[in-house]
Amino acid sequence: MAISPTTQALAYLLSAVLFILALKGLTHPASARRGNLLGMLGMVIALGATLMGREVTHYGLIVSGIAAGAVIGAVVAARIQMTALPQLVAALHSFVGMAAVLVGIGTFLNHRAAGGLNGVLMGEIAAGVIIGAITFSGSVVAFAKLQGLVSGRPVRFKGQHVLNALIALTAVALGVHFGLTGSLVSLALMTALAFVLGFTLIIPIGGADMPVIISMLNSYSGWAAAATGFTLGNDLLIIVGALVGFSGAILSYIMCVAMNRSIFNVVFGGFGDSGGASAMSQAMAKGVKSAAVEDAVYWMEDANRVIIVPGYGMAVAQAQHAVKELMELLEARGVEVRFAIHPVAGRMPGHMNVLLAEADIPYDHVFEMDEINPEFPSTDVALVVGANDVTNPAAKEDPGSPIYGMPILEVGKARQVFVVKRSMRPGYSGVENLLYYQDNCSLVFGDAKEVIEGMVNALKAGH
Amino acid sequence: MPETLVALYVFVLSCFIGYMVIWGVTPSLHTPLLALTNAISGIVIVGALLVTGSESAGTASEWMGFVAVLLASINVFGGFLVTQRMLAMFKKKKR
Repeated sequence: MAISPTTQALAYLLSAVLFILALKGLTHPASARRGNLLGMLGMVIALGATLMGREVTHYGLIVSGIAAGAVIGAVVAARIQMTALPQLVAALHSFVGMAAVLVGIGTFLNHRAAGGLNGVLMGEIAAGVIIGAITFSGSVVAFAKLQGLVSGRPVRFKGQHVLNALIALTAVALGVHFGLTGSLVSLALMTALAFVLGFTLIIPIGGADMPVIISMLNSYSGWAAAATGFTLGNDLLIIVGALVGFSGAILSYIMCVAMNRSIFNVVFGGFGDSGGASAMSQAMAKGVKSAAVEDAVYWMEDANRVIIVPGYGMAVAQAQHAVKELMELLEARGVEVRFAIHPVAGRMPGHMNVLLAEADIPYDHVFEMDEINPEFPSTDVALVVGANDVTNPAAKEDPGSPIYGMPILEVGKARQVFVVKRSMRPGYSGVENLLYYQDNCSLVFGDAKEVIEGMVNALKAGH
Repeated sequence: MPETLVALYVFVLSCFIGYMVIWGVTPSLHTPLLALTNAISGIVIVGALLVTGSESAGTASEWMGFVAVLLASINVFGGFLVTQRMLAMFKKKKR
């Protein structure tokens, strides 16, 4: 029942088109589910065409591998908590990386056995294995940081960049040696060094830079697939790899722009030392005001328009469901409630949107930064739940501040601002938030979930 | 034209498609985008199948291929299903 190479190639083309349409579906939430289904169809066609091709001659291990993967994948997908999605995404990136490494080495062994090795092929194998190995160990580090297995704080030491450069150069040299001689030892050493490199590249990055790292590793996993495509002379892998590679690259770019930092700054250096001491000390001399839950409820009840700004603190406290209840109670009182989301809020691109969607908050209530910023001046109350740096007016007003130039949500322009916050600790950038010292801002101290539930109870008790 | 050069053509043109398609994705769906690209990058499973099922595959490459099939299969199923679960949550206001 083997199909001809031509039929197979046409099936791959169809599958590639379906993948492109799948991504295109994500243009709007209404078309996204159909897009995902088209993607599934594309995958089924690709698998079918490969299995029915002449190159696959025995099926035992293949079938058990696919079946086991299907069970594990389905169970994980069904059980995973939405707050744990960043970890899941990181883990899946690592699998693509490892698969690319294994496919590269396996292809080498197969071709060596069949006597079909040449320099170009071995160069492609080396490239695929290096990219795959970096993707794997980098993603494992990202996973460990997100899961809290290791500290999320950046790990830096002197000579880090020189060390990374040396490892990279040695790995490439070994790759070239492998390409010229076909030495298995060189291939193994190269692979080992590439694993180390992925580790040392990602370990210095952490915290709020996680959205960039996740996007970057997403991109790497795509390039790894594309390189595998070159190795195997398989155009479908090349097309899909390029799509995914660019997807991750564009996400990284968007995240960097949202922090007003270059990708090099994120990868090679952290925030600089805090400047702007004068503006800061002036503001701090005034001190902050704290408010009780009841004060905030009193303001919001009487408001016409409220904007809620969620951040990582909401995710950590799992406060999204309480926030939804608050929204409903306020809406029942005729208050217009909207949500404002900064592109880098949370630990991965779009993190907040998914959490709000999970809590059943309609997506037409949720707005991006550029859409909602003009609305703050005509808003009565802005409620900030666990977001910090992305609301700091210093980014606009204080040229000495390390975060100067970063686009922010202009919550300070609302008539009254309430910030739900656990303590006065500064955000990830280490920069004090000027917002807290504004006359129209009060801080409500406490765990995000407890505070919001307190607001909900106060509203319920009120009537 | 040598095969590798054709592959390069395909690659470069696909990069342009990727560039144009991805810019159209709405920011609110960036997490589903990550999960969906997770799923479709599981396409390395094709490579894994070719390695495992190859006539010239020895024991070593068969087992390496098997692990690759397993990992990529987790990606494919996990990625698509979690994307579906997420997208099902994005709803408009009920009236």
